Formats: sequence, structure tokens, C-alpha cells
Amino acid sequence: MGRRLLIAVPYLWLLALFLIPFLIVLKISLSDPELAIPPYTPTLDWREGWAGFTEFLSQLDFENFVFLTEDDLYWKAYLSSLQIAALSTLLALLVGYPIAYAMARAAPEWRPTLLMLVILPFWTSFLIRVYSWIGILSTEGYLNQFLLGIGVISEPLTILNTNVAVYIGIVYTYLPFMILPIYAALEKLDDSLLEAAEDLGCSRLSAFWLVTVPLSKAGIIAGCFLVFIPALGEFVIPSLLGGSETLMIGKVLWEEFFSNRDWPVASAVAVVLLLILIVPIVLFQRNEQRQREAEG
Amino acid sequence: MRRFSWFNTTALTLGFAFLYLPMIILIVYSFNESRLVTVWAGFSTKWYGELLQNELFLDAAWVTLQVAVVSSTFATVLGTMAAYVLVRAGRFSGRTLFSGMIYAPLVMPEVITGLSLLLLFIGIGLDRGVLTIILAHTTFSMCYVSVVVSSRLVAFDRSLEEAALDLGCTPWEAFRLVTLPIIAPAVISGWLLAFTLSLDDLVIASFTAGPAATTLPIRIFSSVRLGVSPEINALSTIMIGIVTVGVITASLISKNAALRQRAEEQAAERAA
Repeated sequence: MGRRLLIAVPYLWLLALFLIPFLIVLKISLSDPELAIPPYTPTLDWREGWAGFTEFLSQLDFENFVFLTEDDLYWKAYLSSLQIAALSTLLALLVGYPIAYAMARAAPEWRPTLLMLVILPFWTSFLIRVYSWIGILSTEGYLNQFLLGIGVISEPLTILNTNVAVYIGIVYTYLPFMILPIYAALEKLDDSLLEAAEDLGCSRLSAFWLVTVPLSKAGIIAGCFLVFIPALGEFVIPSLLGGSETLMIGKVLWEEFFSNRDWPVASAVAVVLLLILIVPIVLFQRNEQRQREAEG
Repeated sequence: MRRFSWFNTTALTLGFAFLYLPMIILIVYSFNESRLVTVWAGFSTKWYGELLQNELFLDAAWVTLQVAVVSSTFATVLGTMAAYVLVRAGRFSGRTLFSGMIYAPLVMPEVITGLSLLLLFIGIGLDRGVLTIILAHTTFSMCYVSVVVSSRLVAFDRSLEEAALDLGCTPWEAFRLVTLPIIAPAVISGWLLAFTLSLDDLVIASFTAGPAATTLPIRIFSSVRLGVSPEINALSTIMIGIVTVGVITASLISKNAALRQRAEEQAAERAA
């Protein structure tokens, strides 16, 4: 009795507030967009039993999905989200790896402090961290003032409201997700392997490429997915730092819903986004599992 | 001894400068006299005063705090139950679906979670307000709590629970007297995580909040869209301050707890 109740409470909660809402999205994405308010046609009539259900199914169609392929705004937005997420992931890796590497080589008594310094921004409001870049990157912002002051540039740079600002924003906010798994992998690295490589005639650089990088591969992969997956559906960063040229699917979905009030299309956008996300999520899971098996 | 080269020093210095400079600039300029946020005009705390006069922000802060306290408490209870089910309940029908529903919200884009919950609330005719935000936040934070708690549950020795059961405890007593004290640090950090997630959430709250209830992130977002303002800088500084003090206190507490535990273990070993 107790055990059943223990299972039932969280189970029913998640069914009601996670699975069913998602099924509603799926259903509305297949419904007709003519009606701007619920109930969307078709509606399911339980009283008619199985016949009612087949009738309901036969009225669902992929019109909204066809619409997504016809209007090139959508597939451009998907492609550009993929591109922005991929490039920012690469940048985050280039910025994060040296930091994780240096942390793992720091004196052991320093490591907890360094680790906390990496985690602390993660606890700070995401919105505030994105916001802090507006003042830095704007035309009369701190960065331009600084660069003009030291005479590197004579005209202020336009960075805010461009894709460059979005890259900076994503790298900045998701950097801890990149650093932590790489650090975890590098910390376990046995120094004697590097010494052995150097004894056998490797230069320090080639020892790094041949020993350190392959042994931290699992951390690199995990970090890349942890940045890429949330970056793909990102809304706050493109809408605060990006400009009109910035097309990201999270922003398109938001506008479709709040500005155009086209719920069926917004739902279809959501379903396609999720289908795109399944690939990296499954790959990430597999990487984690392989990692766990390797540790035995 | 590892060599700590100039390369590592540079990487750490530049890396932490990148992570912290934006926030430091924000904090410094929140004490700026001028309304022009990028021009320094002398020290002043007047924006903090103005912030405390701003009814809109105060109301929103109150709503946010209520939502965060209630939703993180529910999320901790539900998440701990879910973790216990995942780790201890063995096989039951629908277990795969259950663990799928625990992990999926962690990777679900917030725009989709928000949209789906909104469509549910509209579908069942629930008026959007504080209650709907609480329901939404509880749902996604309970998944984070259950991940944190289950990693702790996996790590601890099950025979302790079994011993309690053998000695005549009911399952509930065994949980309360044996399991809960051991997993308490994970439960507390789960609560803190749920609390910060709720405080911080803009996207899901925007979908699930009605005109009746506005949270602080929603208020900040709509004002930030118009550009940088000294009041927001002041508000951000307060929030950064609270988080910093909270995180440092929490880490000191857990460090002390670990030290105490080690001391007790050593004492026990000496006695034995």
C-alpha cells in the first residue's frame, strides 16, 4: 500500500503536468489553424467510443508542418539555430578547455576554490548575466570606450544586436557546463602517462595531443552536448543580445505564440524542435553510459 | 610536483576575468550617480533607494519569493519520492516511462515546457496566476531534485536500511530515522537548486503567468529590453550579493559537516 502510494504520487504528477501537456502540444500541432481560440478542431468526443476516435484521427493533418516547410522563415531559423549553437559550442570548448586544464594542474589545495569560482556564476541569475553584456557591448558601452581610449579603434564597433553578441552571450553563460566535465576528466589523468610519453621522446605539445586530449575525450563530448543542447532552444540570449538578423527557433516560437497568436504553428515549431533535439540527446546519453561502463 | 607554468596562470587569469568582469562592472556601476549608465559621475546609493520605492519591482519580488519557496518545497518532496522510487522501488510496470519523464524535462527547451503547460492550463480552464507558476516550477524542479537525491541514494549502503527493518522499524520509520539523515545534504542542495531555478526562471513563468501575477524575471526582462538602467543594476547587485553569501555559507557548512564526519569516523576507529 505504502509503496504503491509512493510510486503513484510523483508518477501521476509527471503524467498530468509533463506528458499530457506534451500530448496536447502534439495534438494542437496537427489541428486546424483557422480557429484562434480553443477548442481546436477536431475535438475528441469520448462518448462515441472507438468510432469517435477514428473520426478524430482522420481529421488531424500535417497542414502546419507543411506550412513550416513552405515558409522559408522556419527552416532558415532551424538552420541558423543549429549553426549558432554549433559555433558557440566550439568557441566554448576553445575558451573552456584551457581553463579546465589549468584548474586540473593547479595545486590540490587550490582546486576546491577554483571549482567554486566556476560554479558560482551558475547560481547567479541567468538573466542578469546576459543583461550584464548589454552595457559592455553597446555602441557607447564599456568595451568601445576602452578600445577607443587606448586607440585601437577610431570608430565604435557595432557588436550589440548582432550574432557576435549572441555567440559571446552563449559562451559566457554556458561556459561552466563546458569547464566542469572536462575538469572532471583531466583531474583523473595520471601524470605518469605524460612523463612516460615524454621519456619516449614526445615533445610536450605532442604528448598533450596524443595523451591528454584523447583521455579527456569523454569530458569534451559531455561538455559540448551540455552547451549545444540548451543553446539550440535558447530564447533569452538572442532576444536581449541579438538583432533582427538573429534567427533562432526559440525566439520564433515565442513570437509565433505571443505576437502572432498562432498556436497550432507554434506547437508545430515546438514538435520539430524536439525532433531535432532527440539526436544530440540520444548521443549524449550514449556517451554518458559508455563513460559509466568504462568506470565499471 | 606539477609545474604551474605561465600558460596555466594566463588561462586562469583570463578565464576568471571573462567570467567575473561583467558582473563586477555591473556592481560598480550600480553605485553610479548618473542615470547615464556608461558614464561614471561619482558614488551614490540613490538607485537602491529608488528601487525600494518602486512598487512594481517590490510586488514582483514578493510574488517570486512566494513561488520559489512553495514550488521548491513541493519539488523537494516530490523529487525525493521520485528518487526513492527510481533507486529503491525495484521493478514496476511503467518504470521506463517514469524514468523517462524524470530525465526529459532536464533537456527539454524551456519554450516547449512553457508552451505545453500553458496549453494544459487553458485546456482545463485554470486561471493563470501564482498557482499555475507554482505548478510549472514544481514540475521541472522536481526532476532536478530527483537527480541530485538519487545520486546520493545510489552511493549509500543499503544494509543500514535493512538493519533498521530487521530491528522492527516500519518502512516509514526506517526512511525517517536512517535514510533521511544520510541523504539530508542532497535533499538540502536539491531544495536550494529548485529555489534558484524558480527565482531565475523567465521563459516558463512568462508562459504560465497571467496578468494577475508577474515575477521578478518577467519584470526585469521587460525593462531590460528598453536598455540598461541603473535601477536594474542595483537590483542585480542585490541578487548577486544574496547568491554569493548563500553559496559560500552552504559550502562552508558542508565542509564543516565533512570535517566533523571524518573526525567522528577517526574517533570510532580509535575506539574500535
